[in-house]
Amino acid sequence: MGPDGAPSVLNGTVDTIAVVVLLAEFAMLRSTLLRSQIRLYAAQSFVVAVLAAVLAFADNSYELLILAALSIGLKVIAVPVVMSRTVRRAGADVAGAGSLRAASSALIALVAAGFGFFAVGRLGLQAHGLSPTVLAVAGAIIMVAFVLMTVRTDVVSQSVGFFSLENGVSVASLVVAAGMPLILEVAFLFDLLVAVVVFGVLIRVHHAEQGSLSTSDITALRG
Amino acid sequence: MAALLIIIVIVPLVAGCLAFVVPTRLARLITFVSGLSCLALAVALGVGVHVGPVTFGFLRADALSWVFLVATAFVYATAVTYAIGYQSPASATSYQHRLFAGLNIFGWAMLCAPLVNGLALLWVAIEVTTVVSALLVAVDRTPRASEAAWKYVIIASAGLGIALFATILVYQAGTQVFGESYDLTLTQMIGAGSHLPVAPIRLAFLLAVLGFGTKVGLVPVHTWLPDAHTEAPTPVSAMLSGSLLAVSAYAVLRYVQICRPVLGAEFTGAVLMIFGVISLLVAAFSIMLQRDLKRLLAYSSIEHMGIVCLGISFGTPLALAGVLLHVLAHAAAKGNAFYGAGVVMHAYGTKDIDRIHGGLDVLPWTAPLFVCTIFALCGMPPFGMVRSEFMIIAGSVGSTTRIVAIVVLLGSTVAFLGLARVVTRTMFLTASVAGAVDAPSPRRGEPSAWMVAPMLAGLAVLVVLGLHPPAALTDLLSQAAGELM
Repeated sequence: MGPDGAPSVLNGTVDTIAVVVLLAEFAMLRSTLLRSQIRLYAAQSFVVAVLAAVLAFADNSYELLILAALSIGLKVIAVPVVMSRTVRRAGADVAGAGSLRAASSALIALVAAGFGFFAVGRLGLQAHGLSPTVLAVAGAIIMVAFVLMTVRTDVVSQSVGFFSLENGVSVASLVVAAGMPLILEVAFLFDLLVAVVVFGVLIRVHHAEQGSLSTSDITALRG
Repeated sequence: MAALLIIIVIVPLVAGCLAFVVPTRLARLITFVSGLSCLALAVALGVGVHVGPVTFGFLRADALSWVFLVATAFVYATAVTYAIGYQSPASATSYQHRLFAGLNIFGWAMLCAPLVNGLALLWVAIEVTTVVSALLVAVDRTPRASEAAWKYVIIASAGLGIALFATILVYQAGTQVFGESYDLTLTQMIGAGSHLPVAPIRLAFLLAVLGFGTKVGLVPVHTWLPDAHTEAPTPVSAMLSGSLLAVSAYAVLRYVQICRPVLGAEFTGAVLMIFGVISLLVAAFSIMLQRDLKRLLAYSSIEHMGIVCLGISFGTPLALAGVLLHVLAHAAAKGNAFYGAGVVMHAYGTKDIDRIHGGLDVLPWTAPLFVCTIFALCGMPPFGMVRSEFMIIAGSVGSTTRIVAIVVLLGSTVAFLGLARVVTRTMFLTASVAGAVDAPSPRRGEPSAWMVAPMLAGLAVLVVLGLHPPAALTDLLSQAAGELM
């Protein structure tokens, strides 16, 4: 906090970045083109990397700079490239219409974001002198990512939902667990890389077997 | 002993990599040797953990992790043995490479999970089990398999996303004890005891149970499980059910171990009891409705994971020792059940319970073994589960949860009725008696000795666990239960 109770520059910057990540999540939910969704994910990941860089300079913790660089390489470049290639091969452009209308999806996402924000915000957790608001926003990002995974009816949107959920957890990790050893952070990123490859393979298998990227028709297994 | 830790986490990984590149006959041999050697090494590690935790770098084994390690190693060893018979040498070479390499890498990831010394690494290991096993579920490349694999990977990954958030919250809580930067090892977190702050630990515990519970198959986040277990190749189904669910339950147990000193036994017990009761009852009644042999067994797995959850919620030393014995017995029994179902499917060409009759006349070895295994799953003597369930229920006596013990008995009885009905129809009744005119009538005989041998081993384990578990084993179970208190 500043001298008169106003947020410090660092607090304001970090809060703003977290809100931009949340807005990107809403934009992904709203987006109807798969390529736009993937581009939004790349942009969101870049903003998360910027957050890591800001905290690195604020704390003189240069391990976070390495993490930011790795995040850019993986989440801003590698993941979008893999996903874009998958979409191009499948010849699909438009995301699954969704199991709900756009307005209903947005409304549910708002409610979910509010729940995540207040449920996590109540904990009042903070570190590095940052306000607890950032962690609460991370909770909201995670909840909106769940909505994206749930309401969209195509495998690419659901994958992007999962990857962006990881971005929400990254925001939380950066603000309350920035001291986590780099080796563990790298392990998380490596794991994400493996997940991306496997998602890519399964999307191709799904497209080959079902003839589309839609999940609307996969209803054979019930009971 | 530290060397054993290293060898166990190297052998299956090397076997998996080799299985991709060597000729298929050699891939089968390497896989078989890897499975058996991991089992032998896991058992041998028991001597070390009996004295105290064995650690090396990021690896750590104590009595609790040993129980899950042995359960996993046993299912891995029997599954790869079964796979040799299950997989016809005439199958496509690329398919065989994918299957055997996948089994090894899946086994490796599951063996690593109980051996890593840290909550973050535990999460990584369990996430790796998810992505590897999702590929294995889809390995048959059928529309149903791809549907099951997609549902599995997306639901389990979402669950693990929640569990990752829980891991971050625990890390944050630990900063108040260990400072800004520390390794999040199990040793540290268990040692922190009640010094951790309540608020983040409470949320972390709830999220961990929900997140890892998705992989355990707890209702209502279980919906991937019946599909994946049904559509995966049989050795993979056995590994999913016999060991993957247990490994995920291990993660929940570690959170219980860390969080209980902070939150109290009542809170952790209540959360697990709710999930356990719902899982047990939903699964037990679902068993009654099934028409697919493997789907029936999948719901039986959910039922048993419900029992495990309830046993943990009781929290007494006897109930916890019963839980750990149940994990071992379930690994042997559920592996066996899927192996038996796989042979039945091979003989009859169907999983449809209504079209399978007279198994005892057709499969001279598999059918009796399958019947015994189903009775073992029902908690009948002289098999291991009667002992473990008795310990769990006896462990609840004296606590305030007697009504829940009655629920366990009710759920187990309903599940018994469902399983007994199916085994009677498929194994004892002939097609003519059952009035099934268009049922397949396969030739008498077993498809492969490789598919029968693991069932014999599994049944032997179940009998030993039921009649007279070795003293060294019961000591380790008590030691592990003590670690949880």
